[in-house]
Amino acid sequence: MRANRLGAALAVALTATLAACGSGEPTPQSSAAPQSSAPAAQGPVKLTYWTWAPNMDKIVDVWNKAHPDIQVTVSKQAGGDDAAAKYLTAAKAGNPPDLVQAEYQHLPSFIAADAVADIKAETAAIQGEFTEGLWRLVTLGTEGVYGIPQDSGPMMLFYRQDLFDKYGIEVPKTWQEYADAARAVRKKDPKVHLGTFSSKDPGAFTGYAQQAGAQWWSIEGESWKVNIADEPTRKVADYWSGLVKEGAIDDMPYFTPEWNKALNDGKLLTWPSAVWAPGVLSSNAPKAKGKWAAAPLPQWNAGENVSGFWGGSSTAVSAKTPNKAAAAQFATWLNTDPAAIELLVEEAAIYPAATKAQSALGEAPEYFANQPDFWQQAAAVSAGARGFTFGPNVGVTYNAFKDAFDKAVQNKSSFAEAVQSMQDTTVADMRKAGFQIAQ
Amino acid sequence: MNQGRRSAWPYLFLTPAVVLFTLFLAVPIGYTVYLATRRTKVSGLGLGKGARREVFVGFDNFSAALADAELWQGWLRVLGYGAFVLVVMLGLALLFALLLDSARVRLARFSRIAIFLPYAVPGVAATLLWGFLYLPSLSPIRSVLDADLLGPTTVTYSMANVAVWGGTGFNMLVLYTTLRAIPRDLYEAARLDGASELQIALRVKIPILTPAIILTTVFSIIATVQVFTEPTTLRPLTNTISSTWSPLMKVYRDAFVTGDLYSAAATSIVIAAVSLVLSFGFLRVVRNHAFGEG
Repeated sequence: MRANRLGAALAVALTATLAACGSGEPTPQSSAAPQSSAPAAQGPVKLTYWTWAPNMDKIVDVWNKAHPDIQVTVSKQAGGDDAAAKYLTAAKAGNPPDLVQAEYQHLPSFIAADAVADIKAETAAIQGEFTEGLWRLVTLGTEGVYGIPQDSGPMMLFYRQDLFDKYGIEVPKTWQEYADAARAVRKKDPKVHLGTFSSKDPGAFTGYAQQAGAQWWSIEGESWKVNIADEPTRKVADYWSGLVKEGAIDDMPYFTPEWNKALNDGKLLTWPSAVWAPGVLSSNAPKAKGKWAAAPLPQWNAGENVSGFWGGSSTAVSAKTPNKAAAAQFATWLNTDPAAIELLVEEAAIYPAATKAQSALGEAPEYFANQPDFWQQAAAVSAGARGFTFGPNVGVTYNAFKDAFDKAVQNKSSFAEAVQSMQDTTVADMRKAGFQIAQ
Repeated sequence: MNQGRRSAWPYLFLTPAVVLFTLFLAVPIGYTVYLATRRTKVSGLGLGKGARREVFVGFDNFSAALADAELWQGWLRVLGYGAFVLVVMLGLALLFALLLDSARVRLARFSRIAIFLPYAVPGVAATLLWGFLYLPSLSPIRSVLDADLLGPTTVTYSMANVAVWGGTGFNMLVLYTTLRAIPRDLYEAARLDGASELQIALRVKIPILTPAIILTTVFSIIATVQVFTEPTTLRPLTNTISSTWSPLMKVYRDAFVTGDLYSAAATSIVIAAVSLVLSFGFLRVVRNHAFGEG
């Protein structure tokens, strides 16, 4: 008798745990909860915020002091593609944070996974604070609004002023001049390269393609248009392919110990990067402080002023949060309140997305103390920077970039093929998932 | 009453094991199998609520995994890598164990610790450490050795080197411990019969060691089939390692880079099956040696 009861109890316990663990789908209870009716009189609303911006906890402290009813806790993340993967996994597992820093290129994946909330109603008042181009990155051109722009990364050319003087090189204004300069440098000192093409950084390549006028994804009615191997992108690919093949520029990836060393030793003279580069240079190439300068990115046609974006992120609200209104309120404050933006610039060293804040930037970054007009340069570049709508599977596309360009660099084969492989992989993945694709 | 109590106790004692097994093994495996038979289907743009749902697709993910040329090339790469690691690592482990056990060894304790120590270094740290040694402009060995250690053909051996460096000590210790357990009179008898140290090693020690060698081989096969840390850690440093270099890297890529948990689940089951087949296949081949007289 007793044995039976014990056995039965055990069976019940096991079934319970099995049921609890076996149900992979998160219960839809949270999404059913009404958005704004946060339980009143139950103490302050508690929000968690995943971000990798440095010193964000200090900025959030300011908010927490002023808003005892909405307390935000910062959970520091590693940045990059891993952070996006982690957020998607957490959302799938049913326990994402309330707020997340979302890079523009990953936001569509978050939207497609139903992991971020539409905050159109909550953000109606602040749309005017941002340029149309940036706002498009958080709406994808749809009716919804899925994040609030935080920072942006218009691309510029960073170069070693002292070594340009030493080798007698002019700052290249067009990509043609850049290629000529690359060859000239090789003649003057075979150990030095003007720059390098990184097969590990799809973000940089995306920026080049945007500058050339690429539109990798677009939305046409109810279907996606995928055009990664478009004419501007192939032009960019062929350009770099030629330079790498003839050895005019190096092919070492960015952000590696070798790259750091080359920067420190003056073996790389330029880095076409984004406005956030001073932060990277000061930590990865501390020895060269005060020797770098910034200029607009070389142009495809002389006299133009266009650029692309490398990086930049928004603050998104999780679709699962029970406190959507409070989360949106915090995200709005963080990215539009003048005091908050000042903190973001000072503490987190970001280039703010809000238009007014961009022109209010004063003193140049310490690393670029030799260039007092740094921020004016950045604002001029930013005005001419253009982006494009990102697709719902950028993770796949960026991974295809790394694999295809790794191979192309290694075999010295054509980059145009690599671009085609990105297109094919992306379309195949979207087809498999069932996305509607326009021909 | 008495009888009832007697039949209750075994269940009680079993409970912790059963609960832990269920929670941490059976349920995750079950969930993996469940995921492997499913896939998300989006409709239209796939944006907004309800545009994405999970559907049952039967064996589609498995057939896709089996038909994936990239996965099979990954197996081939791992096979080449594994063959090299197994032979060199276990060969060295056996050699070191025999040397340490031989009568004439000096500094036995120091050597034992020195050989074992790399095993205590975490795989990621070991790979980074070696990675820095391989990099052209940072490496002190590259100035002596003029070869691209991260080139398309050399990279496999560079990775194998890390695994051998880290794994030899552990296997050496397993073999050495077994050697120490052998009664010394066996050697004395052999010596009285006029056997040299070499002959004792080859004719007495290695035959007795066979079960331990087989054990370490099986563990090593499983470890090499699942190679992940070394290529993943070296990947950012070189463009010769693709994101699907080894089968397990493909699982990681599918699950966390391209967000396809379903394919990742199916591929993991395929990998588990291959590991099982390889290790049991090996055991079957050497069964007679492994389990003595049988």
